[in-house]
Amino acid sequence: MIVNQFIQKDNNMGIIKTDKLVFEYIRRDEEGNVEGITRAVDEVDIDVKQGDFVAILGHNGSGKSTLAKHINAILYPTEGTVWVDGMDTKDEKELWNIRQEAGMVFQNPDNQIIGQVVEEDVGFGPENMGVPTEEIWQRVEESLKAVGMYEYRKHSPNKLSGGQKQRVSIAGVIAMHPKCIILDEPTAMLDPNGRKEVVRAVRALNDVEGITVVLITHYMEEIIHADKVFVMDKGKVAMEGTPREIFSQVEKLKALRLDVPQVTLLAHELKKSGLNLPDGILTIEEFTQVLLNVSGRNKNKK
Amino acid sequence: MIREITLGQYYQADSVIHKLDPRVKLVATICFIISLFVVNNWFGYVVAAIFLAIVIKLSKVPFKFMIKGMKAIVFILMITVVFNLFLTPGEALVSVWKLTITKEGARIAVMMAIRLSFLIIGSSVMTLTTTPNSLTDGMEKLMNPLKAVKVPVHEVAMMMSIALRFIPILLEETDKIMKAQIARGADFESGNLVKKAKAMVPLLVPLFISAFRRANDLAMAMEARCYRGGDHRTKMKPLKYRRRDGIAYLVLVCYLAVCVSMNFVI
Repeated sequence: MIVNQFIQKDNNMGIIKTDKLVFEYIRRDEEGNVEGITRAVDEVDIDVKQGDFVAILGHNGSGKSTLAKHINAILYPTEGTVWVDGMDTKDEKELWNIRQEAGMVFQNPDNQIIGQVVEEDVGFGPENMGVPTEEIWQRVEESLKAVGMYEYRKHSPNKLSGGQKQRVSIAGVIAMHPKCIILDEPTAMLDPNGRKEVVRAVRALNDVEGITVVLITHYMEEIIHADKVFVMDKGKVAMEGTPREIFSQVEKLKALRLDVPQVTLLAHELKKSGLNLPDGILTIEEFTQVLLNVSGRNKNKK
Repeated sequence: MIREITLGQYYQADSVIHKLDPRVKLVATICFIISLFVVNNWFGYVVAAIFLAIVIKLSKVPFKFMIKGMKAIVFILMITVVFNLFLTPGEALVSVWKLTITKEGARIAVMMAIRLSFLIIGSSVMTLTTTPNSLTDGMEKLMNPLKAVKVPVHEVAMMMSIALRFIPILLEETDKIMKAQIARGADFESGNLVKKAKAMVPLLVPLFISAFRRANDLAMAMEARCYRGGDHRTKMKPLKYRRRDGIAYLVLVCYLAVCVSMNFVI
């Protein structure tokens, strides 16, 4: 039985796997006595396969950022285990390997850029890893090109727009050659254009470079291309499935205080009022196609 | 209103002085300052002036930028000159009422004025031709031997460069908070000094809170990118001495030799 479990783990284990992950924030008063315990993450089991684009949804305080910080070994589980590429995050020897393999992009672009010049910031990660100088330059060039920021390499980060800054942060992570990137609400502070830029860059990384992406967000439009979606609520995984499966359940999402893309909502309302439409329409193109079909059928009937 | 402050006042130009290794410039500036105090006669100052003029010419930085730095010390300069002029005992030159200008006093006052202005111009040349970034790099490298006595050289340099990176961000933030407070009726402009200082309190508290939050975020982001102090670290832009740096050191030694020898001329 034990042997069996072991083999299963070795062969089928994804790049990120959590097993009954629990994390508790302990609030203390001024004397250090425990005032209360908040369970931010509650028995979460997720499994992310190499090369996947995974989205984690949830409203504020649902524990999604806490979960993300576990994958990068910034927080350690209170109970349960997190494996990144087969390495247990509690294993101190593997700490730097884990942080190299699972890169992390945070919400505020200003607070994660260290360098005073774009190229220096991208080189910061490789510098810390002890990569030789020539290779750092090579990596910086590659990763800036991957996010389309190469022509800005000599600029000061202060003069860039939010979307550009966030792309620089992503380049900074790619330069460390990670196997997966965790993006913790990278678009929350950006305008719509910046959001599009960042999402495009992230998708390109996933498609072209094959890097596993874990995108944490509350913008529904960003996740319709994901391979898998986890919806979190009160620290638990409330829903799990493909975007289509998730967005088919409009009522349940509403109960979890989450929006659905406008097209999906429109299709859902139309269906409720009697029109014969399939569930889980995600894009405008899809919707027009379906509408054309429906109206075509109606015409034929006449 | 406060956004225009540029720290380090770097002036972009393509010159030999700009291309020099920051360590050379740091050492040279320190040596130049020392030479100003070693020299004790006019010939020495002539040598220093010629040296400074050549460096300024080579740096391709307009002279008016050097003078800018002088404005800040005009007041100190005046005080030094006046005190030296009147309070040095010696042979009386002019005497008005109770104040006497002595021959020695005049000599020391002029020397002091020259010393101070050369000192400021000399260090301006360094800050105008070196980016703050390479300056911190240079300092880190120069102070490296201090690591042996447990001085956290790398950490200090890292702190300095992060501080430089965040100055514009925090200035912007101050401006934002200020506008938010003004929109709600705060008054930062009128009143006396005490009142103005008191008006700053509602500005400083949110600024500090936000600075701490930023520091926390930044620390996390740095750790997530494998930062673990100066050990095991490689450099993207390592400092390397080139031929021109060697020549610069040679020129510096010659200058010092000439300066010191001037002391024995008379």
